[in-house]
Amino acid sequence: MRKKKHSIFSSLLALAATGLLSGCDMTLLDPKGPVGLEEKHLILTAFGLMLIVVIPVIVMAILFSIKYRASNKDAEYAPNWAHSTKIEVVVWGVPLVIVAFLAVLIWKTSHSLDPFRPLDSDVKPITIEAVALDWKWLFIYPEQGIATINEIAFPANTPVNFRITSDTVMNTLFIPALGSMVYAMGGMQTQLHLLAHETGEFGGGSANYSGAGFSDMKFIAHSMTDENFNAWVEKVKTSPKTLEHQVYADVAKPSEKHPIEYYSSVAPHLFQDIIDKYLKGDYSKRVDQVMDQAMHKGAHDGAAE
Amino acid sequence: MFGKLSLADIPYHEPIIVGAVGAMILGGLALFIALTYFKKWGYLWSEWITSVDHKKIGVMYIIVAMIMLLRGFSDAIMMRAQQAIAGTGAEGYLPPHHYDQIFTAHGVIMIFFVAMPLVAGLMNVVVPLQIGARDVAFPFLNSLSFWLFVVGVILMNLSLAVGEFAATGWVAYPPLSGIQYSPGVGVDYYIWALQISGMGTLLTGVNFVVTILKMRTTGMTLMRMPIFTWNALCTSVLIVAAFPILTATLALLTLDRYLGMHFFTNELGGNPMMYVNLIWAWGHPEVYILILPAFGVFSEVASTFSGKRMFGYVSMVWATVAITVLSFVVWLHHFFTMGSGGNVNAFFGIATTIIAIPTGVKIFTWLFTMYKGRIRFTTPMMWTIGFIITFSIGGMTGVLLAVPGADFVLHNSLFLIAHFHNVIIGGAVFGYFAGVAYWFPKAFGFTLNEKLGKYAFWCWLVGFYVAFMPLYVLGFMGMTRRLNHYDNPDWNAWLIVAAVGALIIGLGIAFQLLQFYVSIRDRKKNLDVTGDPWGGRTLEWSTSSPPPFYNFAHQPVVDDIDAYWGAKEKGIAERKAADYQDIHMPRNTGVGFIISAFSLALGFALIWHIWWLAIVGTLGMIITFIVRSYDDDIDYYVPAAEVARIENERLQKLANQA
Repeated sequence: MRKKKHSIFSSLLALAATGLLSGCDMTLLDPKGPVGLEEKHLILTAFGLMLIVVIPVIVMAILFSIKYRASNKDAEYAPNWAHSTKIEVVVWGVPLVIVAFLAVLIWKTSHSLDPFRPLDSDVKPITIEAVALDWKWLFIYPEQGIATINEIAFPANTPVNFRITSDTVMNTLFIPALGSMVYAMGGMQTQLHLLAHETGEFGGGSANYSGAGFSDMKFIAHSMTDENFNAWVEKVKTSPKTLEHQVYADVAKPSEKHPIEYYSSVAPHLFQDIIDKYLKGDYSKRVDQVMDQAMHKGAHDGAAE
Repeated sequence: MFGKLSLADIPYHEPIIVGAVGAMILGGLALFIALTYFKKWGYLWSEWITSVDHKKIGVMYIIVAMIMLLRGFSDAIMMRAQQAIAGTGAEGYLPPHHYDQIFTAHGVIMIFFVAMPLVAGLMNVVVPLQIGARDVAFPFLNSLSFWLFVVGVILMNLSLAVGEFAATGWVAYPPLSGIQYSPGVGVDYYIWALQISGMGTLLTGVNFVVTILKMRTTGMTLMRMPIFTWNALCTSVLIVAAFPILTATLALLTLDRYLGMHFFTNELGGNPMMYVNLIWAWGHPEVYILILPAFGVFSEVASTFSGKRMFGYVSMVWATVAITVLSFVVWLHHFFTMGSGGNVNAFFGIATTIIAIPTGVKIFTWLFTMYKGRIRFTTPMMWTIGFIITFSIGGMTGVLLAVPGADFVLHNSLFLIAHFHNVIIGGAVFGYFAGVAYWFPKAFGFTLNEKLGKYAFWCWLVGFYVAFMPLYVLGFMGMTRRLNHYDNPDWNAWLIVAAVGALIIGLGIAFQLLQFYVSIRDRKKNLDVTGDPWGGRTLEWSTSSPPPFYNFAHQPVVDDIDAYWGAKEKGIAERKAADYQDIHMPRNTGVGFIISAFSLALGFALIWHIWWLAIVGTLGMIITFIVRSYDDDIDYYVPAAEVARIENERLQKLANQA
């Protein structure tokens, strides 16, 4: 629905943008999933709206500079002209109207693109729990009972529900080709909902600086066919390594350029335990968490009407 | 005895640091020898260090800012070089430990020790002159503000030579900046450099709010104030309202780090999100603290060099006030990706785009000031036109980032880096440079070399586009900020272009330095005896250049917005000998310098846990302050005869000129 509304502007702009920047890989303008796609349309629409003001400003700056240069004695000179109600109405009015349009756009998309909002799909989503560590990503598949480091896989066209936390400083989980990012924070759980339209291999990482090993805190996200995904899960399950609490304690220690690792099994509730360890006796945070989720739910219900 | 400090803290094993520190020490040594050789220590002490003259303090602010610009720019070049070579597989020449300090230092230096002193410097030089005052409301406090700021600068540079600087990013988010993840002294340098200089900034804010509200000359109602003064007022109000938040936030972080408290830690009830909110509750108004004075400069410059009244004065004032108020309700747009939910994100997104309305009005107001004018393309005017075009682009990308759905993919990307450099360089910095070129003849009595000024402008403008447009593209290519190295081969070419752009900007800076040198060398050629080299419109141009220390022999009387222009039109601007009266002036004092020196000891002691020195520093500050409070001899009268002598000398010069 929303895509259609944006289509005139965005297709024109997309054309211009691809024309200008052809030959380079513009990940955000070539998204591989619905979230990234809506964001791309949103960016181009907002961009087009603002050009309504920005282009005249640039043109006027150049024209006025040329026409009213001191050496051009033919141009009108009105040293005491300093007010025009008409002009003032226009210079307040036009930005106001554009901002009004933008405001509506912002209100709608802030809800529709809220990273916490589950995606609309008939396919049963897959859940991945992500833990930001110094300096690698631990991914737990609660439904499959497996875990990996610095690599994820999921079936294409299946919503992926990320549950995200951090066992270190703040990070951001970001897969540019798929869209939105969200912070990973200790003692808290954030959510991100993504989906890949096609199969492929996408780069992911942390977009929030987290210390010395940050630049190598990258992972690979594989979007696969269902069969390949099942095969991948089986492959992980053959790993001799298992992720018990003691093993996790070792994994959580700082390391740089951590290789991809597979764990055939995971201690139950490990993800929740990682969050809970920061909440010892701190009920206020638990309440916050519950309220936060309720708030998000309410917000979505409100937006859905 | 020396707390945590030991010889091992001096990084003599890092050649780049040794080089930089060596150059700083050699420079300092050369200065020391020169001052001694030319016997200028006494002059320096009595005419500058102890001066409470707002013009001299303003000049000192700007000199320090220019020096720090060189350091901040060196950091920029090192980062651009690192990212240009650290492509696929290559690690570059800067290890993360060093690189991370560099990008942190770059941000801190450029914001706190380049942009802020340029703001304070321009306000100091200009505001009292524009409102027809003899000095600021609290001249001693002004001196103290400056020296506290200098202490921040010294601590910042000391961190290079002794110990390390923070490797946290310039806003130092915990838990990364907490003691667990940053156990070194880097964050402590950050905290105390900012706390001490921030105190100076806060006092400057208080000083200028009072100065502007209470010390305007006869007839200058609020709605007759020059636009630069209006912007200075709004900036000062923002400082007074926002800087205490920074002080409190850093104090809480200090408690976490020094006393093991848990305001911002992951555990035991700590909440890092609170820090992020607080730092941006200061940080966003800070953005407007930086840009508003630049807006003020553009208004003055556009009007003067178009030979025309400012278009839409009332709109301009209300736009400025609107920005001032709105700047406090947009801070959350710095972290839409924290997961606040649709309603909260939408509120802050819409509030942010609303700021685009008064900002847009301002841009049109400058354009219509040029419309039907007689535009003279002097250096300040070039900066202004360059600004209007560049800033429009930066404003546009800013509004884009204010759309939460767009920010979800652009947050922390190089698109963001390109955006804020676009508005800070293309907005604030261009404005400061326009202001420096515009008011330089007022402060020194001769104009700057126009040719070199324009070379500098073109290098900065072209360099800016070459350096930062690729960053916008890289943002769309998914490159995020603060990467030490990367493995995407497509990014490399763009980063090399960006590095070339930085070099072009470097050429612009070189031209600026050359411009100062050549202009001072040829000052006899560029002499301005009239005090009004540009055909100015506001009161500062009615007095001599440089103005006498008391600014105006007679308090000017104002009955219009462009007071001096009006006087010239009516033919009453000419200066004649007249009856002079005694003028009441503040006495110079070294107390600001001494208190600040003790605060340096305190800051250094706290960073290194040298507790006895901290006690000495604290007591020193308090005792000096108490002694000062009992000093009644803080002002004096300049006798009418002395005023007459100075004024007649000037009239004689004018007569000779004619």
